[in-house]
Amino acid sequence: MTLTERLATAKAAGNLADVLGAIPYAQFLGFSASLDGDSVITTMRFAPHLIGNPHLPALHGGTLGALLESAAIFQLIWSAETIVLPKTITITVDYLRSGGPHDTHARGVITRRGRRVTNVSMEAWQADRAAPIASAHAIFLVKRDG
Amino acid sequence: MHVPHNHALGIQFHSVRNGEAITELPYDAKLVGNPDTGVLHGGAITALLDATSGAAVMAALTSPVPIATLDLRIDYLRPAEPHHAVRCKATCYKVTTNVAFTRAVAYHADEADPIAQAVGTFMVSTKPGKAT
Repeated sequence: MTLTERLATAKAAGNLADVLGAIPYAQFLGFSASLDGDSVITTMRFAPHLIGNPHLPALHGGTLGALLESAAIFQLIWSAETIVLPKTITITVDYLRSGGPHDTHARGVITRRGRRVTNVSMEAWQADRAAPIASAHAIFLVKRDG
Repeated sequence: MHVPHNHALGIQFHSVRNGEAITELPYDAKLVGNPDTGVLHGGAITALLDATSGAAVMAALTSPVPIATLDLRIDYLRPAEPHHAVRCKATCYKVTTNVAFTRAVAYHADEADPIAQAVGTFMVSTKPGKAT
């Protein structure tokens, strides 16, 4: 099965786990996904290999960037009428607090959906959702005709 | 300093001096984002750009102090080619009392044909301490 076919099947079944299982990098970072209404919450399970600064300790900024980008992509796929793999054009990440050695959650909110380009803003948090550790905004190329 | 996630990604540091860092991320199946094409996940490129930019800041400081990424903007210019290593060159082009500014580029063989480009800002601690 191709990734697009897997996505279509997973969407019909309301279960993103099969898709995440097919993406090696999502496995490497320990991603899982759950639904909160129409909103996809992507979680990065803490593991020692995600650490960037062992003295604090703190998560590597790259893992948070990857989580935020993935959260946006999963939201785009989940809320699209047709399965099209979004291509990231640009992403800007603001690091707000250092990420502790804990599970991290992220979600993306679609701010504008154009014919070719979609804007998404994202947020990542740990125990306290009201105290995000990183925020981001990204622009994706999502062509309806593939 | 040993950075567990850089090690897990397999990032190699080729040179870090005079405010410039050059690194390489070998192709690895575990970093693939699209199993149909074998293309690396954008997140792996993000981590490479972040790590290399941070190293460039350290290479620009006169004494090692803790730094923290404030923001990082990444433009993806084209997909990475499967089965090829990605190189990254970062420059810290300005350091002030509190903030350091970087730009970085990720490419395969030719820096003039980039995969991604990034600009970042880093908070520089005013107190000496353990380097990040």
